[in-house]
Amino acid sequence: MRIGVLALQGDFAKHIEMLESLDVEAIPVKKPEELAHCCGLIMPGGESTTLVKLLHSIDLFDKIKPFSQKWPVFGTCAGAILLSNEVANHPVQSFQLIDISIRRNAYGTQVDSFSESIRADLGSGPEALEGVFIRAPQIERLGDGVKAIAWHGDDVVMVEQGNILVATFHPELTESNRIHQYFVDKVKQML
Amino acid sequence: MLSSKEFKVKVGLAEMLKGGVIMDVTNAEQAKIAEDAGAVAVMALERIPADIRSQGGVARMSDPLLIREIQKTVSIPVMAKCRIGHIAEARVLEALKIDFIDESEVLTPADEAFHIDKFAYKSPVVCGCRNLGEALRRIAEGAALLRTKGEAGTGNIVEAVRHMRTVQKEIREITTMGPEELVTYAKNIGAPVELVRYIKEHGKMPVPNFAAGGIATPADASLMMQLGAEAVFVGSGIFKSEDPSGRAKAIVQATTHYMDFDLIAKVSEGLKEAMKGLEMSEIPEDQIMQTRGW
Repeated sequence: MRIGVLALQGDFAKHIEMLESLDVEAIPVKKPEELAHCCGLIMPGGESTTLVKLLHSIDLFDKIKPFSQKWPVFGTCAGAILLSNEVANHPVQSFQLIDISIRRNAYGTQVDSFSESIRADLGSGPEALEGVFIRAPQIERLGDGVKAIAWHGDDVVMVEQGNILVATFHPELTESNRIHQYFVDKVKQML
Repeated sequence: MLSSKEFKVKVGLAEMLKGGVIMDVTNAEQAKIAEDAGAVAVMALERIPADIRSQGGVARMSDPLLIREIQKTVSIPVMAKCRIGHIAEARVLEALKIDFIDESEVLTPADEAFHIDKFAYKSPVVCGCRNLGEALRRIAEGAALLRTKGEAGTGNIVEAVRHMRTVQKEIREITTMGPEELVTYAKNIGAPVELVRYIKEHGKMPVPNFAAGGIATPADASLMMQLGAEAVFVGSGIFKSEDPSGRAKAIVQATTHYMDFDLIAKVSEGLKEAMKGLEMSEIPEDQIMQTRGW
């Protein structure tokens, strides 16, 4: 089992470290042919405007949707924005793979970034995890088929629909690989 | 303090900028060009380093109005520079909710003895370094990101190369040392021993290190990434060139795909004239920027 991490820009190395801590083979994906060998893909945090341009410039943009029909895709922060059906402000072209509307930089600038406890329900009862929110987006609307699985206060911060998993925060910047384990389990179910 | 949540959140933004290009801009229009070209952040400045160098005078923090206009124009992070040791300029930038403060040798230093206590600010702060001792002193003061100083405004990569190679070499040296060597080594480079121990244990610094100072071409960006830079700042190199948008896009591509030389050849083709640049020996000693800071 090999999971790809989109490695055009952002904190992709942190995601690779997380997957390796779970003894999963992780490869950086910079080209379409590298994606072909993966059975799951993580889109990291970074700048969504930059990522869209880089995805187009190497003809990777159009490969993501067909890939997601077969294999799970997990987006954190900028990755979450790219997977959303609708971007409410500062529009960027997204893959429209999950029925949510998302607001970019919803909490403000970097001085409003924070790390606080979040509640998650990953199938084994409620658990508290660390949520690192960096110039984070906010989920404004969830479609009918979308399941909320983590919360910060009243805000939904992690959702799932079919093969797509989305977090507005950065589990890759914490000490816990619990959320990556959840994604890896999702990939294993498809094998 | 390096393990605090606040510091982790600051370094977190630096992590998000990795693999990207941060571009100096002097107005909202340039900021838009930079964002459209794929910049991961912009540095809001009144004068780019090449003009500071040629015009002389005291270089200070930018006009808050200019910063606000740029913040309104782009959705990517906005950085701005304060003078070394100028704790009031840093507070003003924090009040403007700037995403990253650059305590920069490009501006005229305000304090000849002390840098800013960077832990005290909500905005993360980036500082320049020429060697590991300088890098670790800045981290000890709370810098969440480092960059090479290079020699800003020259379009000449030689100093940035020297600074990046020096830091990398010193990191490698520490990893081969025995525990008994670390205290003396820390004393000799003027760095806290805890940070030297961190490097011994992890093989890297606790914050990212980017390249800055003299990057003018896509190949320059690739060079710095190959030497271990995790992202690049481009100052005068873009808006002092003949086709800023084309050059900016090419440097973004070359930074991401820094080992793909067919691609770098392709994006470098037919780019209009780069900034003219300066040979180091042409710069009078009192106008060297990299020796500012302590």
